[in-house]
Amino acid sequence: MASLVAKQEEEREGSRGLGNIAFIAVLAVAAAVIFGITRWVGQSYAFFAAYVVVQYIVLGTAWNILGGYTGYVNFGITAFFAIGAYSTVVMYKLTPWMPLPVMVLVGGVLAALVGLGTGYLTLRLRGVFFSIATLALAVVVQTLFTNWDFVGGARGAYVLRPRLAPLIGGEYIQYLFLVMLGLCVIVLATARAIERSALGYGFAAIRDDEAAAEASGVPTLRLKLIATALSGAFMGMAGAPLPYYVAYLDPASGFSLNYAVNAIAMPLIGGTANWVGPVVGAILVGGLQQYISVTISSAVNVLITGLLLVAFVILAPQGIVGLFKRRQP
Amino acid sequence: MEADASLLISAVVSGLLLGGFYAAVSVGVAISFGMLDIVNIAHPAFILLGSYVAFIGNTVFGIDPILSVMITLPAFYLLGMLAYQVYYVAFERRDDQSLRGLSFFFGLLFIAEVGLILVFGVDYRSVQAWYVSGNLNLGVVELPWRLLVPFLLGLAMVGALQIFLARTFIGRAIQAVAQDQQALRLMAADPTKIKRIAFGLSFATAALGGAAMIIIQPIEPSIGREYIGRIFAICVLGGLGSFPGMVIAALTLGVVENITATFFGPSWAPAVSFGVLLITLAVRPSGILGR
Amino acid sequence: MTALLHVEGLGKRFGGFVALQEIDLEVQPGERLGLIGPNGSGKSTLVNCICGTLNNEQGGVRFDGTAVNGLTAHQRTRLGLARSFQLPRPFGSLTLAENLRIPILYAVNARGGHSLSGQAILTRCLELLGQVGLAEKAHRLPRDLTQIEMRKLELARAMAAEPKLLIADEAMAGLSHAEVDEILALLIRLNGQGVTVIMIEHIMRAVMAFSQRLAVLVAGRKIADGDPKQVVRDPEVVRAYLGE
Repeated sequence: MASLVAKQEEEREGSRGLGNIAFIAVLAVAAAVIFGITRWVGQSYAFFAAYVVVQYIVLGTAWNILGGYTGYVNFGITAFFAIGAYSTVVMYKLTPWMPLPVMVLVGGVLAALVGLGTGYLTLRLRGVFFSIATLALAVVVQTLFTNWDFVGGARGAYVLRPRLAPLIGGEYIQYLFLVMLGLCVIVLATARAIERSALGYGFAAIRDDEAAAEASGVPTLRLKLIATALSGAFMGMAGAPLPYYVAYLDPASGFSLNYAVNAIAMPLIGGTANWVGPVVGAILVGGLQQYISVTISSAVNVLITGLLLVAFVILAPQGIVGLFKRRQP
Repeated sequence: MEADASLLISAVVSGLLLGGFYAAVSVGVAISFGMLDIVNIAHPAFILLGSYVAFIGNTVFGIDPILSVMITLPAFYLLGMLAYQVYYVAFERRDDQSLRGLSFFFGLLFIAEVGLILVFGVDYRSVQAWYVSGNLNLGVVELPWRLLVPFLLGLAMVGALQIFLARTFIGRAIQAVAQDQQALRLMAADPTKIKRIAFGLSFATAALGGAAMIIIQPIEPSIGREYIGRIFAICVLGGLGSFPGMVIAALTLGVVENITATFFGPSWAPAVSFGVLLITLAVRPSGILGR
Repeated sequence: MTALLHVEGLGKRFGGFVALQEIDLEVQPGERLGLIGPNGSGKSTLVNCICGTLNNEQGGVRFDGTAVNGLTAHQRTRLGLARSFQLPRPFGSLTLAENLRIPILYAVNARGGHSLSGQAILTRCLELLGQVGLAEKAHRLPRDLTQIEMRKLELARAMAAEPKLLIADEAMAGLSHAEVDEILALLIRLNGQGVTVIMIEHIMRAVMAFSQRLAVLVAGRKIADGDPKQVVRDPEVVRAYLGE
């Protein structure tokens, strides 16, 4: 059985023949090395900066599972992200003893449910209607949280960040970074496993021609719902540690449009065809942003990201990965 | 009880006026989305661009805000033609509208918004004109001029465009372009050229809508985002491509939002458009006057 | 004998336009049926209603003993009802072999019974591509194909679903004389393997060579159904085709 799976993977173009388990191992080692280096640098700023970049890898990959694989554009990233963040605030107030990874999981489940609901109502229609609905979803979720006093309403809520990290010692930001790295490993492994599975082929068929996919037996609505739920879940998970990261969460920071712009721009700049693109995009653009926000300003940040996004979709539709990939023989 | 009733009446009346303004900002999307099938989610950014043109004309040159925009309409028309040309070459011709075409407008939205922040800052800006304050007293109700003027402007725009679309060759070609490109070619009209003109018109309406917006309320660059959901809710509810449906939808949304704001608080109003949009998509995606 | 496909009183309208009216049609297992009609007579609409791409308001469709009204297109494909599209609609980002993999994964494997995996899927894809003469291009993308190759891919993808009934919607339009013969031979060979085939076509030479029975649609109604040689002599059919 294992050899059959391996052969099936080899046949897929561009595959490097690594099994899913082996791939997770490689990712875990990479994550450990990155964590080791950051700890060796030893400044909390390094952790804060690296956290943001890894968070964007997660967000960009999550968006790409729906956007890049099935071709359905989700503009409501902030809605899913903030659901994760605010669910953590609720648990922080009600069940403060809960370990962070559990909170991340709960945030993911809630975001997935919202994705399912929105998708169920709009995914039967042409793709643009789903996109428009997600745009509006971001506004309505923000309205809900702005009016919900329990989580601070418009004023926002303070979240006391523990001083020390559990298990690993050191500052708490190290723990946050570790959790985000772990999430990143899970998301990347999932994205790559999807690409190589029947699910991934079904997604690609939907993206290329939905009517032909149906005629070939692909249950398009069900697959689109799976993609929406998975993508939404990972976005929610990416947002769940945010209250601890910012220590003060208000609608303006939870729904910051930086998340929406980046989650869309990074995959499109890196390349949407497979899991590598969002990673490349997040590291390059995210790194650039960390550099710019230190030296210039954050408004310039969004401007540059927007310009890069527009430039890439016009001039290099296959993204950076596409620029380096050789043409088909 | 009586207080409630008068509150309700004034909410309905000012909601209708607000709806007329919504028609002014939505009519451009009714053209671009409804007739050309181009989902320009950056439309609100160009509405705001119009607002800031009105602001500059008014504060720097002392001109009436609506007149300021009128003077610059050709520039907006050309900007729209340019935007369509880029869209056509980069996405429509490659048949890549759904993923990259949408993302293109998303990027434009942010470039415009941040550009405006960098130039004008995040302070609220407003204009001076005789109709910005004061009421028209009709005895039973008092109508604030700052709502009445955008309302009339909106209805005038929709009316003029409706006549243009129904009576002129180009207008009829615009209505046909999404459905039947073949027939259009037989009429010896180049679909790309027709769409370019229509998109130019759509941008011009955005600018006028912007003038209306800054008359109604002080504006700042990020305010446009609130309007994305609203505008698309109106166009979908109205039935894509139908102006009368769009106006009815705009008036309806104006009234429902205003009633919501009056009885539940203004912070809930933005949620209304999403509710309307979602219900429409779930129950009747072709809209009230759709086919 | 029970019919494989049983269409009864089928009607479809688009707004005020009546596209199909009171269509009755039966297809026996193993049969080769030709379906002809002028442009706009509702042939493709009928295919879409049978295959579930469109929903018919009136009448019913039974396939292989199952009432398929209300079933989605993919459920009907899984029951064994496959179609090719009039204009080829390949999956553009997938290689030819991967194009065939989709119906194998989602129709054949989802059907229960035998299920292919790993190497077996690739072998089956290559075998099917070999049958239509595209084996050498198995790892190319559809954009590298010529018009006739595109039609063959379209048929191969429908065949990959292992259908009981294949509906070939104008698979030959725009092809040369020799190319028409190639596709014709392919469909007859497929029929020889036990697959029932409905061929929708304008090219009368191909229709007459292929069909054991011929049905004629004109303006949304079926005006003739029977032996091909007699049907083409039917005065009503002649009038519909040649005009009065």
